Amino acid sequence: MAAIPDKLARLLGMFSGIEDRSERIQLLIDIADRFKRVLVPERIAVRPYPKDKLVPGCESQAYVWAEELPDKTLKFYFAVENPQGISAMATSVLFDETLSGAPSEQILNVPKDAIYTIFGNELSMGKSMGLMGILAMVQNYARQQIARTANRETEAP
Amino acid sequence: MTDIKERGYARPEVLVSTDWVAQHLSDPNVRIIESNEDPLLYPARHLAGAVEVDWTKDLNDQLRRDYLGKSGFETLMSRIGCTRDTTVVFYGDKNNWWACYAFWVFHLFGHTAAKVMDGGSLKWEKEGRPMTKEVPKYPASKYVAPERDDQRIRAYREQVLSHVKGKLPLVDVRSPEEYAGTRLHMPDYPNEGALRGGHIPGAASIPWGRAINPEDHTFKTAEELRAIYEKEKGLKKDDDVVVYCRIGERSSHTWFVLTYLLGYPKVRNYDGSWTEWGNLVGVPIEK
Repeated sequence: MAAIPDKLARLLGMFSGIEDRSERIQLLIDIADRFKRVLVPERIAVRPYPKDKLVPGCESQAYVWAEELPDKTLKFYFAVENPQGISAMATSVLFDETLSGAPSEQILNVPKDAIYTIFGNELSMGKSMGLMGILAMVQNYARQQIARTANRETEAP
Repeated sequence: MTDIKERGYARPEVLVSTDWVAQHLSDPNVRIIESNEDPLLYPARHLAGAVEVDWTKDLNDQLRRDYLGKSGFETLMSRIGCTRDTTVVFYGDKNNWWACYAFWVFHLFGHTAAKVMDGGSLKWEKEGRPMTKEVPKYPASKYVAPERDDQRIRAYREQVLSHVKGKLPLVDVRSPEEYAGTRLHMPDYPNEGALRGGHIPGAASIPWGRAINPEDHTFKTAEELRAIYEKEKGLKKDDDVVVYCRIGERSSHTWFVLTYLLGYPKVRNYDGSWTEWGNLVGVPIEK
């Protein structure tokens, strides 16, 4: 399997070892409680958030932003407008903590089923679509960042 | 939104407001039950005194694809401290989608002392009403259930085949993309998948969420519902109607709307739904 960011690999390993449903649920709730740390700052966006940052198909009305850091990695920010979007908040926190600052090429290698490793296989179709949509949006930013870097290298004298 | 009693429903008593629930949180004859799609919601916060009924582990048989049986329902009701006389009030996320599903399963066991909180948990939360993480404990009750009645409000595939042959009305409550067969299931997620896309021949497409006011998550008035189901889609009150979706949960919401809000006397939920029909060999499919 292609390399994925180390922090995410460790996280997935930890979640795949959780067999107790209640333990998984409580852990995800605790993670979602850290959501304020990844909330998009006002210097980047204020309400109403632009539609192009909205995750398609996410019923929790999740938004994703990416800011390029000096080392050419990305820092991700999120907003979740539905107060009941706890799973979307947990996903946002986990992606910030494991994908922000990671090489964009590795972010593209993150498999969609990472969502099932984290949340378990009982996810409904609607929820899966939304959470995978957050991952797809993050990967789209990584793809754009790789293209920008390639263009800069091509244009360099 | 207008008062529930003023909305013209056939059975307005099955729907209660958030105010009503707030006044009955400590009513010993009432058990408030949260049922969600998202299993994180109840442990994170819920109405004081509310118990959780989880659709995956409480309502379904854990081995066969079927609902729990008589003894399983008795165990569930005993655990949440309900007797045959307890009025259960369901609420939940996603505009009460799963609350209606639980309501429907309870009706399979004849527990008809049941209501739904209009607007669900999101309305309650947006109104700034108090919530808690505390999980209540009720003394176990003695509950004797009848055998599950699968005849009156549940439809099986052979009955649906007869329904199709008889050109009787079917309602597909899935999204237009699922109805058209352009979306089968989530990539890499086979649990709710089907080998074929499309819909059961003759089914009308009426996505379940059309019954809801998007601004406050309450049910639309009877007049507004009739405009959708009858004027637009041609259903008639005395029709023998089968509703379906992917696994029977969204369609239980429409079953609730047709049966209780519009007063249709014969509506059955085909819970095999598209995950069964779209995998069956040789059955007719339309796109």
